[in-house]
Amino acid sequence: MMIEGARWKKWVWFYLPLGAFIVGLLFPFYWMAITTLRPDIELYRPWNSPLYKPFWTNNPTLDHIKNLLYETLFGQWMWNTMLIAFLATIISLLCGVFAGYALARLRFRFAGTLGTTIFITYLVPQTLLFIPLADIIRDYRLGDTPWALVLTYPTFLIPFCTWLMMGYFKTIPKELEECARIDGASRWQAMVYIILPIALPGILSAGIFAFTLSWNEFIYALVFLSSPEQKTVPVGVVSELIRGDVFFWGPLMAGALIGSIPVAIVYSFFVEHYVAGVTGSVKG
Amino acid sequence: MAQVLLKDLNKKFDGMHAVKDVNLQIRDREFVVLVGPSGCGKTTTLRMVAGLEDITSGEVSIDGKVVNNLAPMDRDIAMVFQNYALYPHMSVYDNMSFGLRMRKFEKPEIDRRVKHAAEVLGIQALLERRPRQLSGGQRQRVALGRAIVRNPRVFLFDEPLSNLDAALRVQMRVELKRLHDRLETTAIYVTHDQVEAMTLGDRVVVMRDGTVQQEGAPLHLYDRPANRFVAGFIGSPAMNFLPVTVAAAGDALWAEGPGLRVRIPPQKVEPLRRYAGQRAILGLRPEALRVAAGGDSADYAFDATVEVVEPLGSEILLDVRVGATPMVARVDPGMRVSAHERVRLAFDPARVHLFDTGTEKAI
Repeated sequence: MMIEGARWKKWVWFYLPLGAFIVGLLFPFYWMAITTLRPDIELYRPWNSPLYKPFWTNNPTLDHIKNLLYETLFGQWMWNTMLIAFLATIISLLCGVFAGYALARLRFRFAGTLGTTIFITYLVPQTLLFIPLADIIRDYRLGDTPWALVLTYPTFLIPFCTWLMMGYFKTIPKELEECARIDGASRWQAMVYIILPIALPGILSAGIFAFTLSWNEFIYALVFLSSPEQKTVPVGVVSELIRGDVFFWGPLMAGALIGSIPVAIVYSFFVEHYVAGVTGSVKG
Repeated sequence: MAQVLLKDLNKKFDGMHAVKDVNLQIRDREFVVLVGPSGCGKTTTLRMVAGLEDITSGEVSIDGKVVNNLAPMDRDIAMVFQNYALYPHMSVYDNMSFGLRMRKFEKPEIDRRVKHAAEVLGIQALLERRPRQLSGGQRQRVALGRAIVRNPRVFLFDEPLSNLDAALRVQMRVELKRLHDRLETTAIYVTHDQVEAMTLGDRVVVMRDGTVQQEGAPLHLYDRPANRFVAGFIGSPAMNFLPVTVAAAGDALWAEGPGLRVRIPPQKVEPLRRYAGQRAILGLRPEALRVAAGGDSADYAFDATVEVVEPLGSEILLDVRVGATPMVARVDPGMRVSAHERVRLAFDPARVHLFDTGTEKAI
């Protein structure tokens, strides 16, 4: 009886909420996938029709994907997004790692204040920041080029990476570095040979986050890019597949689905490091 | 092979004076232990020798050369840290060879030194492992190995044994001592454990609040503590202190306290004469006390009430009360004493300590 009771409790308190959570999380992806595969005739069938079956289809089709790939510049958008996200991530990581290290380790005047200030800049909403940035982009004639995004994404990515790395560096015992410096390493060597390898999980998670944020970014991409061949996936899909009040649901969902695949791959590839990065570093 | 000289060494952190005018001469091949309660400045002093802390004022010199402005790597020292500070992403071999690689040693030489150190420490079988696969004692050995492969002029130890459990600590203590006898390298060792200090040090430096209280050979500190702090810090169980009044009776001096009237032993009479009629502190080590027998002089004995009996096998600790003052006596294991009993305790007149009430200095 005891064991039966325990099992019953485990179901109610663990598996059931977990199941609900998983269904809630994965349903949008399922909806994207099923909408991608359903033919138009099923997609636009009214809900009170006797044949209305929103969650399943017996006539799967690849028409929407073909449409997306051949009728729009989706391939170009993917490439743009990938390039911009990659470059912005590299720039932000480089700055974030060094700034985070300096703020966590070096003793200098206003180190604390500087850390807080960097955090505050992260709190300025993008919806405000894009207005002055638009001015700068215009002044430097970067509008409608990938550089408009490669150089503006770090405005929110660097504070983010800096803070994440600062926290991570603080979890690494400073004796490791001191020992390396007594062993004969310069501060730079101690950082390259000792601290950075240990901080790899942190660097990876900062990189994944930065990449995802750049990949999904919408406002700057919408404002700073105008010609269709320069657009990124989120903006391209929305601006080219919603014409007036006509929503091309099939290709839209196909675009969303394919657009989320690279991020999913990046996450699954680094997931172990990523978890370690968020939950802290190695112990002594 | 080096001597280390600390001259008027001072360290101030924002608003806190952590090390005050420390002067210390550490001779070649000497094993010096800095000991004191936490926050006494011992670790800060060690870190200044290592070059990990800036020196506020004063000088540190190694072999006659001032090293104040030398980077840690250029001081030719090795340090063992309390948390071992092993590089977690490297194998034991790479941990031990890191310093040599940084100093651009030839590969065969590195290999020879690492293998030799591993043999000395008995960790040959662990060279391919990662630090997280090692036990605490093994990690400590690797940290030691990393220090000895470098063959430095000075070893610095920062509480290297305090993360180990009690049994292992005793074992590593012996190994450390053996290692030092074998390597004959100058060593500075920081600990808060007075037993470690006494057993390891050729010379022990007791620190408190950033100042050196007393330095000397372990037994010298034990027999002739310079002040009440050193007297209470060195020795376990700690020395008993009783507030007394010095009373003159003819040529003799007597120490009188609540529940006790004992004679001041002859060798202390002269320095104590100016305290006649004044207060002082009487210090008696637990091991200087014994349960009085018929032959013991009544002048050097007093009555006490036993509160707790702690039989340790090799000895018995009696927690007693004299007047209102608690004391500990370390008595013969054959003694049959029970709690709440009145006993008469006699002491060895040669082992009486007296301290000034105000300055707490030994009289």
